Amino acid sequence: MHPVLQTVLGRLGLGLATLFVVSLIIFSAIEMLPGDFGQAILGQAATEETVAAFRRELGLDEPPYVRYLQWVGGAIQGDLGTSFSGRNASGTDRSREVIDLIAPRLWNTLFLASVTAIIAVPVSLFLGITSALYRNSVYDRTINTTTLTTISFPEFFVAYILILLLASLYPIFPSLANVDASTPLSERLYRSALPAFTLTLVIVAHMMRMTRAAIINLLASPYIQMARLSGASQTEVILKHALPNAWAPIATVIAFNLAYLVVGVVVVEVVFVYPGVGQLMVDAVTSRDIPVVQGCALIFAVTYILLNLIADIIGIITNPRLLHPK
Amino acid sequence: MSKLEYRAMQELKYRSGQIDRRTFVRSLLATGVALPSALSLAGQVAASTPKSGGRFRMGLGHGSTTDTLDSATSENHFTLVNGYTFGNHLTEVSNTGELIPELAESFESDDAQKWVFNLRQGVEFHNGKTMTSEDVVASYNHHMGEDSTSAAKGLLTQVKSLKADGKNKVIFELENPNADFPFIVSDYHISIRPAGDMASGVGTGGYILQSFEPGVKSVLKKNPNYWKEGKAHFDEVELISIIDPTARQNALTSGDIDAMDRVDLKTVNLFKRNKDIYIWDATGTAHYTFPMRLSVAPFDNYDLRMALKWSIKRQELVDKILLGYGAIGNDHPISTANRYHNAELPQREFDADKAAYHYKKSGHSGKIQLSAADAAFAGAVDAAQLMAASAAEAGMEIEVIREPKDGYWSNVWNNDAKGWCACYWGGRPTEDWMFSAAYTDDTEWNDTAWKTTDAAVKFNKLVKEARAELDDNKRRELYYECQRLIYDDGGTICPIFNSYVSANSKAIATDENIAANWDSDGAKCVERWWFA
Repeated sequence: MHPVLQTVLGRLGLGLATLFVVSLIIFSAIEMLPGDFGQAILGQAATEETVAAFRRELGLDEPPYVRYLQWVGGAIQGDLGTSFSGRNASGTDRSREVIDLIAPRLWNTLFLASVTAIIAVPVSLFLGITSALYRNSVYDRTINTTTLTTISFPEFFVAYILILLLASLYPIFPSLANVDASTPLSERLYRSALPAFTLTLVIVAHMMRMTRAAIINLLASPYIQMARLSGASQTEVILKHALPNAWAPIATVIAFNLAYLVVGVVVVEVVFVYPGVGQLMVDAVTSRDIPVVQGCALIFAVTYILLNLIADIIGIITNPRLLHPK
Repeated sequence: MSKLEYRAMQELKYRSGQIDRRTFVRSLLATGVALPSALSLAGQVAASTPKSGGRFRMGLGHGSTTDTLDSATSENHFTLVNGYTFGNHLTEVSNTGELIPELAESFESDDAQKWVFNLRQGVEFHNGKTMTSEDVVASYNHHMGEDSTSAAKGLLTQVKSLKADGKNKVIFELENPNADFPFIVSDYHISIRPAGDMASGVGTGGYILQSFEPGVKSVLKKNPNYWKEGKAHFDEVELISIIDPTARQNALTSGDIDAMDRVDLKTVNLFKRNKDIYIWDATGTAHYTFPMRLSVAPFDNYDLRMALKWSIKRQELVDKILLGYGAIGNDHPISTANRYHNAELPQREFDADKAAYHYKKSGHSGKIQLSAADAAFAGAVDAAQLMAASAAEAGMEIEVIREPKDGYWSNVWNNDAKGWCACYWGGRPTEDWMFSAAYTDDTEWNDTAWKTTDAAVKFNKLVKEARAELDDNKRRELYYECQRLIYDDGGTICPIFNSYVSANSKAIATDENIAANWDSDGAKCVERWWFA
């Protein structure tokens, strides 16, 4: 078997093992959440009997390990269960499948993450490479200071500043990004512009500085000096000799930031009223809607594991020593 | 015909479009009105004449992914506004606070125990079905079933039986007389839906639901067959849930929405400077209270309660906690927006002498603990600090205990573990409703545990008497006395009534009267407002 394929399969196996551990953690963490759904939904009208009836109906009276096995068993088959909410009121069951609740929101989140990535990744690579190229110049310092400034501010602050500038004072973009399934692509892009810019400003510094550091690190290596001695120009040295060896750390940090775009943007969603999956999860936690919380957490875990796996694979493919082991 | 009559006639013609603006202004000039006033009068008339059309987008500070279209589970303001937009009820509270018939054409009762509602005929649901008594009965049974978990279940336990009498009449038989029953049926939970379909959002309202995404938005379009005349002017409506107040205000400033509720009071003065919007507020029945539990010492002591009631600077609380958007209360829960508000009770003010007198008489010494958290209302902890400061002037020591927000309603409020805490009430449209929610001895929410004193016993008797009384003057007397009893002996301190503060784009016009029974023009803004 090709060594790369072997490593990839190995990593995939490790990823599955991680996912299993994560599912255990998610389940036990939610077990430890104070309060229960019956009380949360019945509110001040909750008496002991109604809460008990509710728990029975939802299967919450089963021991934890049974519920865990049911949940994991369902999740493996792509069934994340049924939401707790909407089950009350005179016996009619209007609860929705967790997957139906999450899918449109997840699609919105992935859309925003992709738009941001399409802007942020090339920009950070370009800025990182050029600032390595012109190390310690005014250009380098300006880029560093600016990106560090934008990453230092909390997201909501960056968001409000952008709204003030680009929605209120110079109304170029809308401050509400409330897209839905029927929004056409162009409108969707236009509405998502400000949240995407905000997120870009928040993540560029990390990726750009990692690119710069990885390249500069390599510039001290003997083989780079050799290249220099053989007459390669600075641009050639960086693009041809340093960059190919720097892909692994860059890919890791990009994967990390992409994962963040999927799982950690609830503040930006709230400020721009963007119907993403983060808001859904926060709502679900508030109302103790356990299947939805578990579903979201599981999807987030899968995102992290997958993206890191991809970064690993990129690291292996771009590293000749790993690609052609002795 | 006098000049005034002529002007009024011309105004009517202008409103109804029989004459144009130029003719109207000319006729005003002819009756001696100066040109500038004539022009502004024409503008006012034009603005107050509802116009049809436009897409109305409203940002609401509530909404959650657990929201449904079933009115039985309506609990937040988003579901309220949404429900009132696509649905109707048997009765409605008008924008002037009167109870008017809605899907019922009229209602009557001889003894306040048997209520007959005559239904409006020829009203169609959005699915084309004609509304009949069968639908009304089904809609009520939806909340009354044995295992119903409807939030209106408690309200309707008083209904002994309910039956249709022909297609257009419904008869309610109550357990005990209740003169306010027609008010109860206007409750937002009890929306009339077609029998067998309580949850899909089909109603008889001015707008037809197009799409609903819980916690995100609701899109509706005008119902061309709407039975109510002169209502529902917009062509399309979008209700958007925008929880973050800054985001909501940004959206209004940048023109992404036309109206919003719940303006952030901290920034309202800056917000006001925007020339494209106007801020309006309505003082309704919502109020903040500090219930003292009579079941816990030292609050079982009448003089101590009195001492605390006299030690509060109410206007300071309105100015500092509500930033002026509210009114002072008089230690009972009935607001000026209610029918039988007792304005004859002397307004209680801060009086260090009286407070000190009662405090001395109570014989209490040492700290008095007051629990507060901002879960009770925004600024509750600050309000408690202000109360502690003013009480100190009267020689009393209040220790403010900051409680965790989480679990406040189960661990602090209405709990013997804490004798005195902060609380808020959304208020109720009728006296009886408010009293039976929090002050009578049979409600679980009696957060003052005011049940056994002589005054409390008398209060409970009077509330029952008033409930069965149909004579307006007698009811007024009874309710005045009830308010006096709470004011005097009751355990609640009700220092302030908070206003609903909202903002609209200047493009939105409203009637000069805005309802105060709920936020957003009684939550019926969508059918009441229009684009000027």
